[in-house]
Amino acid sequence: MNQHLTVVVVEQNQERAFAIVDALKEAGDVDVYVIGNVSGLARKIATHSPDIVLIDIDNPSRDMLEELTVASGPLERPVAMFVSSAAGGLAKAAVEAGVSAYVVDGLQAERIKPVIDTAIARFQVLRQMRTELAETRRALEERKVIDRAKGLLMKAKGVSEEEAYALLRKTAMNQNRRVAEVSEALVTASGLLS
Amino acid sequence: MRTVTLPVAYMPLVDAAPLIVACEMGFDHAEGISLDLRPAPSWSSLRDMLAFGHVDAAHLLSPVPVAMALGLGGIATPLSAVSILSLNGNVIGVGTQLAGRLADQGYGFDFSDAAAAGAALAQAAGDVLVFGVPFPFSMHVELLRYWVAGTELASKQVEIRTVPPPLMAQALAGGEIDAFCVGEPWGSFAVDDNVGALLLPGKAIWSCAPEKVLAVRNDWAETEPHLLGSLMRAVWRAGRWLSNTGSRTTASEMLSRKTYLNVSPELIDRALMGEFTISARGEQRHVDGFVEFFDGAATFPWRSQAKWVAHQLAKRNGLDAGTAERQSAKVFRSDLYRRELQGLGVETPGASEKLEGALPESTAVASTNGSLILSRNVFFDRRIFEPAG
Repeated sequence: MNQHLTVVVVEQNQERAFAIVDALKEAGDVDVYVIGNVSGLARKIATHSPDIVLIDIDNPSRDMLEELTVASGPLERPVAMFVSSAAGGLAKAAVEAGVSAYVVDGLQAERIKPVIDTAIARFQVLRQMRTELAETRRALEERKVIDRAKGLLMKAKGVSEEEAYALLRKTAMNQNRRVAEVSEALVTASGLLS
Repeated sequence: MRTVTLPVAYMPLVDAAPLIVACEMGFDHAEGISLDLRPAPSWSSLRDMLAFGHVDAAHLLSPVPVAMALGLGGIATPLSAVSILSLNGNVIGVGTQLAGRLADQGYGFDFSDAAAAGAALAQAAGDVLVFGVPFPFSMHVELLRYWVAGTELASKQVEIRTVPPPLMAQALAGGEIDAFCVGEPWGSFAVDDNVGALLLPGKAIWSCAPEKVLAVRNDWAETEPHLLGSLMRAVWRAGRWLSNTGSRTTASEMLSRKTYLNVSPELIDRALMGEFTISARGEQRHVDGFVEFFDGAATFPWRSQAKWVAHQLAKRNGLDAGTAERQSAKVFRSDLYRRELQGLGVETPGASEKLEGALPESTAVASTNGSLILSRNVFFDRRIFEPAG
């Protein structure tokens, strides 16, 4: 008998939430609710009376869910993080993928597993995308700082762009630092002096 | 020297200072290790990072390892608190509405008398009073519960809700909470944000409350005793450095950096100097030793501290107090502290337990070199903690 499960996903980013919901629905007979706004989180979760709550590990609001693990919490049924009831390896994999799951006590590990497995796979993809985005952003920021530093050098020393960059690179190599770091120091210093 | 990199998790708070200083001042390298500090987005994820082996050590709320030993709150990996990172350092604050009513009553905001503050707040508050705290297992909750139970606030319906510290000011402004107990700089942040006023330092409730601990997994402590020793010594040296008044401006600047707390150094300075701005009107209050990283054997993990926490947790969660105290005393590792720090000539007390709340003045006690002075240790109601087990 394959009874269906109720899953609550706490995720502010709508696109990410949809990606998770789709994956979970494909995986099996589940009702999925998304909570985007975290104010009064515990109360909102209680109204859905879920079997499993999934939340991004980097979400600072996760601490609000810990209230549910205390016996006197707002849910009638006690909630435990699934590690205490299911296989430990699964928990570790979930944490590595960037997802935390809270499972209402009394649920069998084999019923939880497909849902958590799907969530882990989905979160891994999302995490990778986020890392890539962050790296692209950082590269862009660094590019901007290096350009400003080049401009400062060109103006101050009357050199060409190429020469300015060569100077930055040489300084970075001598000091065993990255070009972006040297550039940032130069921009900061020039800001102070101007 | 070949250094071993040690991943360590922390929450971006003023009391993470010993770890940040150990790294920035190179106390770690001097011990042959290199701290790889990783900020955590929440206490629960910080605990998981430690429990699942993503980091080897962590800056942890002192009641968390105790609660875990008692089987409360989900995860049950056995943890050891190998030293106390900080004593005190929390503030209790109220929203502007409550602050206005307190002022109208003629309350002077003395920022020191917890009994009077409780009485005044009870008079100003409605029937229900909602406090925000960072985590269900925290000294914030314990101090609030202890204070509420011992003052006129006991007649009110007091609710305690979890709100992440950086969101505390927002929750206050949004009317989700009426008041809060939080670690600095987030109390001062609420004042500067014009949404609240400070009522008491946590220290006014218990002058010697163990706030954060340096926690490791028990199995790691057993398999890596040399790394553990290096880590403990580096952190101890950082605490000693922080205890010099001359270090504080530098420390504020270090902590304020984007990679760590990412708030203005002026805000951090208030906690380290004990000079507070308690309201948007700019009223100033001073608190001696608002947060303590070193003096008076502050870093020694007393088993009686763990017992006090266990006692409170047991009472609220329907556990046997004596059993809970016995289970939790083992979590605060005075044995490891002695083993790893005695080589440095660190003064360690002769006993591993003391009577919490029984020291009205700073007092010299029996110790390894005979020159250890314990700081004043009293509760606001002058009660002395009697362990049940």
